[in-house]
Amino acid sequence: MNDRIKKVTRHTNQNEGLIFEKSSPGKRAFDLAPMDVPAVNIGKELAESHRRNGVEDFPEVSEIEVIRHFTRLSTWNYAIDLGMYPLGSCTMKYNPRVNEHVARLAGIATEHPYQPQDLSQGCLKILSLLEKCLLEITGMDVITLQPAAGAQGELTGLLLIRAYHQKNGNPRKKVLIPDSAHGTNPATAVIAGYEVENIKSNADGQVDITALREKVNEDVAALMLTNPSTLGIFEQQIPEIAEILHAKGALLYMDGANMNALAGITRPGDLGVDVMHLNLHKTFSTPHGGGGPGAGPVAMKKILEPFLPVPVLVEKSDGKLALDFHRKESIGKVKAFGGNFGVLVRALAYILAYGPGVRQATEDAVTNANYIRKQLEGIFDLPYTRPSMHEVVFSDALQKKRGVNTMDIAKRLIDYGFHPYTTAFPLIVPGALMIEPTESESKEECDFFVEAMKSIAQEAEQTPEIVKTAPHTTRIRRLDEVAAARKPVLRWKPRRKESGAAG
Amino acid sequence: MRYLPKSPAERQEMLAAIGVKSVEELFTSIPEQFRLKRPLNLPGPMSEAEVIGYFQDRAAENSVGYTSFLGAGVYSHLRSVVTDALLQRGEFLTSYTPYQAEITQGTLQAIFEFQTLMCQLTGQEVANASMYDGSTATTEAVLMAERITGKRRVLVARSLHPEYRDVLRTYAKNSGLTVEEVPFTASGTLDGTALKASLRDDVCAVVVQSPNFFGAIEDLGPLAEAAHGAGALLVAAATEALSLAVVKPPAEADIVALEGQSFGLPPSYGGPFVGVVASREKFVRQMPGRLAGQTADQDGRRGFVLTLATREQHIRREKATSNICTNQALCALAATMHLCLLGKEGIREMAEQNIAKARFTLSELEKIPGVKRTFPGPFFNEFTVELPRSVKIVNAELLKSKIVGPYVLGSAYPELTKHALVCVTETTTRLQIEQFAAGVRAALQQPL
Amino acid sequence: MSYPTQFRYTKEHEWIDAKGGIATIGITDYAQHELGDVVFVELPAVGSSLITGKTFSSVESVKAVSEIYAPASGQVTEANSTLQNTPESINSDPHGAGWLVKVKLANPAELNSLMDAAAYEAYIEEKKKEASA
Repeated sequence: MNDRIKKVTRHTNQNEGLIFEKSSPGKRAFDLAPMDVPAVNIGKELAESHRRNGVEDFPEVSEIEVIRHFTRLSTWNYAIDLGMYPLGSCTMKYNPRVNEHVARLAGIATEHPYQPQDLSQGCLKILSLLEKCLLEITGMDVITLQPAAGAQGELTGLLLIRAYHQKNGNPRKKVLIPDSAHGTNPATAVIAGYEVENIKSNADGQVDITALREKVNEDVAALMLTNPSTLGIFEQQIPEIAEILHAKGALLYMDGANMNALAGITRPGDLGVDVMHLNLHKTFSTPHGGGGPGAGPVAMKKILEPFLPVPVLVEKSDGKLALDFHRKESIGKVKAFGGNFGVLVRALAYILAYGPGVRQATEDAVTNANYIRKQLEGIFDLPYTRPSMHEVVFSDALQKKRGVNTMDIAKRLIDYGFHPYTTAFPLIVPGALMIEPTESESKEECDFFVEAMKSIAQEAEQTPEIVKTAPHTTRIRRLDEVAAARKPVLRWKPRRKESGAAG
Repeated sequence: MRYLPKSPAERQEMLAAIGVKSVEELFTSIPEQFRLKRPLNLPGPMSEAEVIGYFQDRAAENSVGYTSFLGAGVYSHLRSVVTDALLQRGEFLTSYTPYQAEITQGTLQAIFEFQTLMCQLTGQEVANASMYDGSTATTEAVLMAERITGKRRVLVARSLHPEYRDVLRTYAKNSGLTVEEVPFTASGTLDGTALKASLRDDVCAVVVQSPNFFGAIEDLGPLAEAAHGAGALLVAAATEALSLAVVKPPAEADIVALEGQSFGLPPSYGGPFVGVVASREKFVRQMPGRLAGQTADQDGRRGFVLTLATREQHIRREKATSNICTNQALCALAATMHLCLLGKEGIREMAEQNIAKARFTLSELEKIPGVKRTFPGPFFNEFTVELPRSVKIVNAELLKSKIVGPYVLGSAYPELTKHALVCVTETTTRLQIEQFAAGVRAALQQPL
Repeated sequence: MSYPTQFRYTKEHEWIDAKGGIATIGITDYAQHELGDVVFVELPAVGSSLITGKTFSSVESVKAVSEIYAPASGQVTEANSTLQNTPESINSDPHGAGWLVKVKLANPAELNSLMDAAAYEAYIEEKKKEASA
């Protein structure tokens, strides 16, 4: 173990097989209360043709085995609760525990979306307050909380844009997307029925205004812009961008993934943005949980209100809240049963805890990013030198000279006790290191990170092999992804005794 | 603020190290006229107790203390406390998507187990690591069928959940798919004759739900045959996944779209839930969503990775199979834990209790003059009855006894104006069922 | 690896080897090296048409997908089905066993505008210089 690494050391860690490998007939982990109604003949009720005789090979284990199984598995994971995730544009901030508590309250977790609205005023008030708060933060006019994640929010935004253009007589054909954009942007545009046209970034990593002017015409429905960009740099000319688009009747869509740099400081609505989505699992602290659930509310200017997905939250004349399903021009539904209510509850709990103090979180996030940038400038190549906001993008150009690339550095960072930063993205920076610390990191954690990165840079210089073959200390080394893709094994299968017949 | 780990002194130290005097200097790249000069008008800041107090007040304004007979795509089932205890471990709750496999084997192995459980339940060969929910899973299954067959017409059972059909239509509108509905027969199941009449060689998918929205179990064999005969794929959807414990799985279907909410996820006013797409191995490269695959590391140790990533948006960009970036990992994990806890015997027993209680409820209702069972065929835990009076009025009466009555089918099916969709699960006691039946009887006896 | 002199090459790193009116098409050693370990290949059906400059196939590695562009027009007479089980032949033998399709050429003269081995080798030298600049 390297003496230089202070943050982590070795520890005995349990092995654990698949739950199916622990299974043995007759073991139980859960009991039901005895039945209080007459038993029925299942075969008769379902008809033999529909009847299933148990789920073959379903696990049979005891309660303690389930507890040990998942507890052991959990110890193999890195998590925010353990340390920093410097992942760019992911905003891996602290997931407050009170959010978990309130989401599980009886009367919150237990409500059925079809129960009478008079019996759901508590839920509707939560939705209403969250809407108001998010509109205040974004500076927009109306919002939908229905989309289940950022990508679905993007789709909803584009469908709103399409409906708007359609109403004006021309749905238009193209969506412009900067080459620095996240992959969901072009994928979504295609699903919304648009062609994608890439727009190059200029030498400063910003949208090339001249190129934009040339490309915007009556065939362009919108520009999908991330602000700050995926380089962590504020798009200074955003008001001009909005003007160019609006002059030709096109709209400005903002990908709100980087809202953690803006909340409380500036508002996209004030900048000329027409429609945007938010990632509640980024800026608003709802837990990533290993990859979802999230929520991707879409906020917009009044011009898009007629097309909101149904139902729309409204206030009745008696002051009660209600869900309005009768919206003639609505784009429809993007998901059943409304939004991810459990996630929305967590986001509101986060906002209530901060209040207007959410600005402080933004300031700390930007401070942390700039602090790290200052310490690592010169040690890692900085391709774009404009001021960074909440994230900074380096490249591996200096380390490449010794044959060490961004993937290698990222893997070696694991040995130092950190999750890697975002590698190889954005695409406009070859060999990118995209670092976003968030406001949840203390000075101590930032210093540990800087120390680790400096040490790895030194290793890349003096002992590159140790970086190129990292990680060395994880329970699993680098996995054969090629084999996994060539011959995918996507489920466990029981070993069967060979029957007499061949094959 | 308790979530911010910096003292004023530390902030000053860091700003000094950056080379600025105040934090305002870090925002100069934002044009001055757009920088907020006022604090945001937001409620708070609240202490932890105040946050809890706020939500407790909201909870008191909902349906605590009521018994519910609602199903219709969202189900109340028992959940072990063990699930939440494990789910809230920080290493699961606060972990990121498992792109760095070496330090996320916990998540990846759990996903692999989830995929296995879904294959076992659905009788299919591969299952993904989850989609947002059953409605988007159904839509994704249709888009998958389109990619596989290259055809653009979709035949959808009218007995598919109304909101699932809405979501499908929203997506279809923008991808050039035409969606047509196939009616149901007097038995409440898909009209096979009408289906055959509509089938031509331009259909990519026939979509049917089983048990369907009315609770009726569909006979998938003939539907699969008819679909395949026309070169189309059969997509089988299910909103009540617990039914798969005792009802034959849709193995004849080419693609299965499942809602897994019944497995360890509370109703939570509509989400988050967990959808699954399961299918045949030969279609795996057309499948949307994340997939965890088994492999080995350089020392030969078994491990798991996200695989077949080239289908996804971050590589394919415009050519991605879908734009889904996230799955519902934590929900899928909850489902995995729940299913491991239930186990082979537990899930069967729970399912059988559902059937028994639903049948008991039906028999109690049938004793009431004027109440008629609508569809004669087999059902799982939901069934349709016809009342001699508007269901809305009956439900209004039931509310007075703190009972949330069944789903009013007339709101989605104008042809079923006096019909109610009753759902009973293992969580409903005999006493509650008897009170419900008594309440319905009383409501029907009320003067008009 | 040397580049066979009887092949012709495109700027997108496809090679084409014409014998009579039938041409074999594949990707070059440079291309397979850039792509990394090939995990999957998507090939057109026998009988389908190739149009010069349009994509007709894709080659996937773990982290990337490469579209393959038709160097000439024609009709597919054969697709290399061994690639289904052993896509790695593209890495180990890109100019031989890793061939993609055989095509009946619509217009054999199209090959005259493509690079020969010497020109292609010079072309990729330039590319390598640009990359390390």
